[in-house]
Amino acid sequence: MKEDKIQVFLEGVRKYFTQVAGEEVFIGTPYLVENKMPAAQHYSGVIAVSGCTRGIVYFTCPQQMARRLLVLMGETDTSEENIMDLIGEVANTIAGNARSQFGEKFEISVPVVIRGAPDEIMLPREGRSFVIPLEWEKLQAAIIVALYKATGCVQAVSKPVAQ
Amino acid sequence: MMITIMVVDDSNVIRNRITRSSESKGFEVVATAANGVDAVQLYEILKPDLVTMDLTMPKMDGLACIRNIINLDENANILVISALADKATGIKALEYGARGFIYKPFTDEDLFEAFREMAAEVVNERR
Repeated sequence: MKEDKIQVFLEGVRKYFTQVAGEEVFIGTPYLVENKMPAAQHYSGVIAVSGCTRGIVYFTCPQQMARRLLVLMGETDTSEENIMDLIGEVANTIAGNARSQFGEKFEISVPVVIRGAPDEIMLPREGRSFVIPLEWEKLQAAIIVALYKATGCVQAVSKPVAQ
Repeated sequence: MMITIMVVDDSNVIRNRITRSSESKGFEVVATAANGVDAVQLYEILKPDLVTMDLTMPKMDGLACIRNIINLDENANILVISALADKATGIKALEYGARGFIYKPFTDEDLFEAFREMAAEVVNERR
């Protein structure tokens, strides 16, 4: 995946924290890691992507960050069940927002939330992932993007309407 | 008469958030559903004035759910609240019968503004 496509995920993260938490998030410089060494905090919300683009997008963060976000959203129940639900929702929101760039053939799954990092089954075997590091209220999190263009896929282009 | 709402979203946290926000603005949340199958059944029984509809859900997704609800009631007032931010999906939802669309992440103000517009239509329909 080209670096310019990463921008939509950066914008998605920024928008999420500004709207939900009412605060800016510090976004670090994206970097590449081998898929054999996936980046992870306590929990990861994983979205599988299919269609013209394939791979996964995941949000990973520590428990304290998820709990803090829940409280800011007005949620008094900060149980693990709600923490995992929130992490899935953050991943879903950021991946879903990316369709503004990739179009409707960027098909996303319902989120799967796991402890730690996704294993090799979920990550594309070959290649590397972009890690977008985040810092918010002195807590570290990240969006990880491991996407590849599907071969033979034709993205529909809407024709201009005749005047 | 109070405007009644059904909240459809597979996220418990989002259902709670929409419910709290709606109730704080004087709407009555009569049902919540975590998937399209439950939502269609609840709609048939309760006929809420407004429905908020997620799109990416297990069992039956939001687009299929909109179709099913519109088949039951062509005047259903459905507001899509989804992270899917491409124009084609928004247009498709409106073609299927949704009356509005807001993107996640949303603010309470976004939600209330959309509700206010749709509630005005409900009040007009009741007259």
